Amino acid sequence: MSACILRVFLQRAAVMRKAAQQTFSQTRMFPQCVTEINTHSRGINTFTSSLRAEEKVAIHFLNRDGKRISVKASIGDSLLDVVVNHDLDIDGFGACEGTLACSTCHLIFEEAVYKKLGPVSDEEMDMLDLAYGLTDTSRLGCQVCLRKELDGMILRVPDVISDARVDSEKESSTAPPKV
Amino acid sequence: MKRMTMINFMKGSVMKIHRLSRAYRCLSAEGGVRVFSSASGPRVCVVGGGPAGFYTAQQLLKARQDAIVDIYERLPVPFGLVRFGVAPDHPEVKNVINTFTQTAQHERCSFYGNVNVGKDVTIEELRRAYHAVVLSYGAEGNRSMKIPGEDLSGVFSAKDFVGWYNGLPSNKELCPDLSSETAVILGQGNVALDVARILLSPVDMLKETDITQNSLAVLAGSNVRRVLVVGRRGPLQIACTIKEVREMVNLPNTGADMLPSDFEGIAEALKDLPRPRKRLTELMMKAVKEGRDDKDQKCWGFRFFRSPVEVIAGADGRTATGIRLALNKLEGSGEGTRAVPTGQLEDLECGLIISSIGYKSFPIDPTVPFDPRRAIVPNAMGRVQDTTGLYCSGWVKRGPTGVIATTMNDSFDTARVLVQDMEAGEVDLSVNKPGAQAITALLRTRGVRTVLFPQWEKINAEEEKRGKSLGKPREKLLDVDEMLKIAWS
Repeated sequence: MSACILRVFLQRAAVMRKAAQQTFSQTRMFPQCVTEINTHSRGINTFTSSLRAEEKVAIHFLNRDGKRISVKASIGDSLLDVVVNHDLDIDGFGACEGTLACSTCHLIFEEAVYKKLGPVSDEEMDMLDLAYGLTDTSRLGCQVCLRKELDGMILRVPDVISDARVDSEKESSTAPPKV
Repeated sequence: MKRMTMINFMKGSVMKIHRLSRAYRCLSAEGGVRVFSSASGPRVCVVGGGPAGFYTAQQLLKARQDAIVDIYERLPVPFGLVRFGVAPDHPEVKNVINTFTQTAQHERCSFYGNVNVGKDVTIEELRRAYHAVVLSYGAEGNRSMKIPGEDLSGVFSAKDFVGWYNGLPSNKELCPDLSSETAVILGQGNVALDVARILLSPVDMLKETDITQNSLAVLAGSNVRRVLVVGRRGPLQIACTIKEVREMVNLPNTGADMLPSDFEGIAEALKDLPRPRKRLTELMMKAVKEGRDDKDQKCWGFRFFRSPVEVIAGADGRTATGIRLALNKLEGSGEGTRAVPTGQLEDLECGLIISSIGYKSFPIDPTVPFDPRRAIVPNAMGRVQDTTGLYCSGWVKRGPTGVIATTMNDSFDTARVLVQDMEAGEVDLSVNKPGAQAITALLRTRGVRTVLFPQWEKINAEEEKRGKSLGKPREKLLDVDEMLKIAWS
């Protein structure tokens, strides 16, 4: 459990440092799972929490090629952790390594599951708005942590194949770029 | 006929490999040879070591377990605009460097820095040495405003300004004069907002980033208190993304200085907008409403419906003291909305003008097709027009727009298309190609010495060391000769 908290913390260290610098209180980049794990572990002794870490849930990814990838993953891990730790073959997933600076870990949830995930931060919404194939039940995998209630969920990896020619014509010809 | 014999000969040689079990096992260890007509596997050359080049290489190495990929880069240092374009206060975006480093360290990938393709070696020579060449050299130029006074002192392109604070060797002498209170940025994309944010951020926040020490010193003495970001169309056509606007809204001690009249009729249009555009517009409207606090020492704001017509010179005739803008109205709708001048003019007093109206690719070599109007290499899904074996990815392929994920996806697409062409026989793999062996020999005869990835790692270590003593992630080397000295030490 502590290792997984540490990893989640490390991944978001940059984001949180930045959040701390912001003087505006409305900025809250604290990913929900980190805060949840915090409050969660405070009440229980380390023995139970290490037992809890052994608890696994089943997740099924529907990859871009239509293939289904099923894994058993630890509660508390983010979906980005799951993809990285299980070395799942999803091209370009998690380019910014879970720091809310890209939208490459975009996943589409079933509506009922999406509702269980809780509120989405403005910063996550901002990055989702740049994602290909955005839907009403889209989330960033780096911001969703596994809980027992999510056992058996099915996630769709959105298709990223785009017609670059149409894209560039759609964009303003004077739109300054950004990598 | 000759070709048939060649293929038969190659097939024969593969059969021999089958029998030589050790050699066969050796090849299998690399993932197996899928196309038996080429014993050594396809050799691909990538021109440009920025995100497009690295993402193309990554996908090629993955999709073809026998491909050998060499990346050539003009500078001694890799990563292109991730190093020289991404803002210093966006270190999260630079995490992609970790993946690029893995690619560069892949056993079938090599990085050759300090090679100026088009000068040190031609595209024709590369095409002869490799089965395929991918152009991923980006957009090093900038679109000019084409207005009188553009060359006055105090006027910069955003490309140069960004290059200056990010340590691009060719921009190290820029030294902009930041003594004026108002700065005007022309263009409203993410680069424009990066520049605005760097100009208004507290130096205490910047000094912990990898911004160069010399630019930090200039920014510490800056008098700029007000930054106006000008665009020819309206709030609904703005090119930047919401993250960058939110960062402006959240800048400490900085309020929004907007013109509520620019937002007339926008509230009514909101409900029909797609979610991303709607949220971006709502955020801007919130900034208009909140405006400027009495405590705010600095301010920023968008100015919509304005096009630059002339940079106004001061009494000395050499220095910019303002900009003349033509007011516009919009015609048409949707993506085709155009700005049309109303005939009214407006002068804005400012001593710093930064034009951020877009980057531009240049042709690399006279043998490569180039579309001067769109400033890209003409292509169909990454296949360069009329040129077998030549491909492109990134900004030379689709123009200088989009976020890093856009370049990632389009580079993956180009790599997939190239692999498809190899499998369909469109790219001829029946002959062995010498690859880097021939090119490095050629470069040696021309007195060009390359910087390999482990040599870049020496530069990297030195930069990190210098950064550490300053409390920064790195202090970039600004001089190419110094980079080379450390690389080859």
